[in-house]
Amino acid sequence: MSVLTNNLDLFLRAFGQTLQLFAVSAVLSLVLGTLLAALRVSPVPVFRGVGTTYVTVVRNTPLTLVFVFFVFAYPLLEILKIDEYTAAVVALTLYTAAFVCEVVRSGINTVPVGQAEASRALGLTFTQMLGNVVLPQALRSVVPPMTSTMIALLKNTTVASGFAVFQAGNIRETLADQGDNVLIGLLWVALGFVILVMPLTYVQQVFEKRWSVAR
Amino acid sequence: MTAASAPPMIRVAGVDKFFGPLHVLKNVQLEVPKGQVVVVLGPSGSGKSTLCRTINRLEPIDSGVIEVDGQPLPAEGKELARLRADVGMVFQSFNLFAHKTIVENVMLAPVKVRKTPAADARKTAMELLERVGIANQADKFPAQLSGGQQQRAAIARALAMKPKVMLFDEPTSALDPEMVQEVLDVMTGLAKDGMTMLVVTHEMGFARKAADRVIFMSDGEVVEDSTPEAFFSAPKSNRAKDFLGKILTH
Repeated sequence: MSVLTNNLDLFLRAFGQTLQLFAVSAVLSLVLGTLLAALRVSPVPVFRGVGTTYVTVVRNTPLTLVFVFFVFAYPLLEILKIDEYTAAVVALTLYTAAFVCEVVRSGINTVPVGQAEASRALGLTFTQMLGNVVLPQALRSVVPPMTSTMIALLKNTTVASGFAVFQAGNIRETLADQGDNVLIGLLWVALGFVILVMPLTYVQQVFEKRWSVAR
Repeated sequence: MTAASAPPMIRVAGVDKFFGPLHVLKNVQLEVPKGQVVVVLGPSGSGKSTLCRTINRLEPIDSGVIEVDGQPLPAEGKELARLRADVGMVFQSFNLFAHKTIVENVMLAPVKVRKTPAADARKTAMELLERVGIANQADKFPAQLSGGQQQRAAIARALAMKPKVMLFDEPTSALDPEMVQEVLDVMTGLAKDGMTMLVVTHEMGFARKAADRVIFMSDGEVVEDSTPEAFFSAPKSNRAKDFLGKILTH
C-alpha cells in the first residue's frame, strides 16, 4: 500500500495522461473509422479501394511500428513538425481507426438490404441513406465489439511509454529509479486499468439496454 | 399513344435484362399513361417484380429505354435520386426504417430530400397516416405494428413525397390473409383519386376492380396487354389460359 500512497501524485498524473491520450484518440478514431467504413461500402470503386487498402496496411502493422514511424521516421519527411504527444495521438488514432472501420462495416452488413433500397427509392442520396438510415441501425448492433476495440485502445496507450510520452506505462520506471517495489507498483497499475475499463463496460450496458427497446 | 404532347408517365421500350445467363426481361414494351392503373400479373419467376424494380433503377437494365414522365432514367447519382423522389415505391417486405417511429418514417424523405420544414412534414405525415387509417399508431416503431399496418405506413411514406407515379411490388404477398384487404382498400382509394400506378400482384380481385389495364408476363415476356374484362373472360394466349386456370380453380 505504501508504494501507492507514497507515490499517489505520480499515479494520478500518469493515469490522467493515459485518460487524456485515450479520450482524444478514441473520439478521433471513432470519427475516422466511421468515415473509412463509409468509404468501404461506397458505390464508387476508387473510394472502396482506398478504404480497403488503408485497413489492409494499417491493421496488419504492429502498433509499435506505427509509433516508430510517427516519432522517428515522420519528422525526417519535414512536412509538419509534431511533438511526441501529438505523434502518439496520431499513431493511436490511425491504428485504432482501422479496427473501428471493420467493426462499423460488420454493423452495416447486419442492416437488411431493403432498408437501403427503401431509402434510395425515396430519393435519398448515398450519404443521406448512410447517415439517416443505415449507420444509426448499424451502430446499435456493434456496441459490444466497439467497446472491446475501445478497451484495446485504452491499454494500447501504454505503448507510448517507449516513445517519451509520459503516462501510466511509465510508472514502473519511476518506481524503479526510486528503489520502490516494482512488482507491487505494477499490480497497482494493473488495478488502475481495471478501474478505468469498468466505466466503458458500464457505458456498453447502458447503450445495449437503451437501443434494444427501440427496435 | 394518341396525344403526342403528353408523354406517358412510364415508357419501357425494348428492355432486356440478364441475371448471369438467365434472360429475365425479353424485349419488354410497356406504356403507362398518366392516371392509369396497370396491373402486372404472371407466374413467379416471370420477371414482373424485376420489371417493377427497373423503373426506378433499383435494377439496372442491359439494353433498351426506360422513361419516367418523358425523362430517360439517368445513371446512379444525384439526378437519379431526384427522379426517384418523384416515383413512389412500395415493397413486398415493407422496408420501414426499423429505428424510426411510423411518423418519423413518413417525415424522413420530405425533410431530407424536399427540405420541407419538420413541422409541415409532420402535419402532412399525420394527414397521410389518417388517410391510411393508422394515425393512432404514429409514435410506435414498425416492429410493434401488424403487417397490414406496416404496409399502409409504407404507402403513406411513399405518398409523402407527392409522387407522380406509384410502383407496387407485390404489396400484399407477405401479409396474413386477413390483412390483405385493408391494404388493397388503400390502393383502391388511391386509384380512384387518379394516381398513376403500376401494380405487380397476385390479387385478381384488385386487378378486376381497380385496373384500367392488365399486363400478363411469362418467362420475361409481356404476353398480353388488355383490359381486365378481356383478360379474365377471354385470354388470348395459352400461357395466360393456363395461368388463370391454375389460380381461379382453387
